[in-house]
Amino acid sequence: MKAKIRKLATFVEETCTEMGRQIQPPTRRAAAVAVIENPCAGKYVEDLNELMEIGEELGQLLTERAVAALGIPGPSAESYGKAAAVGENGELEHAAAILHPKLGTPVRKVLGTGAALIPSSKKRGGLGVALDIPLGHKDAAFVRSHFDGMEVRLNDAPRANEIMVAIAVTDSGRPLPRVGGLAKAQIKGDDGLR
Amino acid sequence: MPEVKLRKRLTVVEEIFHEGGPAATTPLRRAAQLAVIHNPFAGRYVPDIAGFMDDLKPLGLEMARNLISALGGNARGIEGYGKGAIVGSAGELEHGALWHVPGGYGMRELLGGAKAIVASTKKVGGPGTRLDVPITHINASYVRSHFDAMEVGLVDAPLADEIVLALVMTTGSRVHARVGGLKASEIKGEDGLR
Repeated sequence: MKAKIRKLATFVEETCTEMGRQIQPPTRRAAAVAVIENPCAGKYVEDLNELMEIGEELGQLLTERAVAALGIPGPSAESYGKAAAVGENGELEHAAAILHPKLGTPVRKVLGTGAALIPSSKKRGGLGVALDIPLGHKDAAFVRSHFDGMEVRLNDAPRANEIMVAIAVTDSGRPLPRVGGLAKAQIKGDDGLR
Repeated sequence: MPEVKLRKRLTVVEEIFHEGGPAATTPLRRAAQLAVIHNPFAGRYVPDIAGFMDDLKPLGLEMARNLISALGGNARGIEGYGKGAIVGSAGELEHGALWHVPGGYGMRELLGGAKAIVASTKKVGGPGTRLDVPITHINASYVRSHFDAMEVGLVDAPLADEIVLALVMTTGSRVHARVGGLKASEIKGEDGLR
């Protein structure tokens, strides 16, 4: 592996009731997070290809871990999202290099489909910084019940020369969706939007 | 006594390969499970609360079982443990103390009668409160390599009338433990201390 991984973490959240109402089955989200060395920390590096290749590796590893944490086959995942936090000796563009050019293809391979854009967020921050990973339906970005987000953090990451990379997947939308819009059952699946 | 009403659960698994030193041959794994439950005593002073400890026992056992499973399914591989509670703002610290018996009982029962006292902490706090759950060796509290802690919390819990209950287990010592003291290999195992 090109990525030098210091630690990996998975988070699984299961919501059983909301405002006293049973959620049947419970909605579940999982996130897998890798804390890696930033090979470009501390200096300006013009060519970010190394980070792009790391993104490709992590796309597969983290998606496999998140899906395994939910205990479902990849194609059963409904929504997804990605995010990265760069430690203080790195630049925001390092997160972009990991997240955008090559990470998506292996994510979609693990999940079977994924016509929709993978929603993303990025930031620079210190230890314990919270990443709000945006979530959207993997086949149709406009499915309103699946607009969501998941907060993850690790108290000891990212250190100054590290990057924290996260991928989240769910097997469901929000617990009690009732604000209308395109429903899951109405997905056409032609353009990744509707 | 009241039934246990569960709103959500969060499972976190960390796998630590190194922390700047040589990579461990077997990475350290830590897992935490958090259960967000309704606080049946919120908003008023209830003199007699002790019966709720019995009601919590099945949850303690279930969470302990889930943690062993999250760490690979083998109870013999578990070397450290800890527990904690965060009481929402309409409750009192004493409500968090209800977790001592059922949380500890659940883990000890499944870990073959672990001898050491289960390290613990508790506080009153709002949604997003973080808790540093202390960790010690399951059979001898003085094993220095296994003194550890895991920070846990949920962005949306505890609400005012809720309690977050936490159990933590680990598979070994700190990843670069090297400050001496009693070793796991030197445990006598008579008193839970050494």
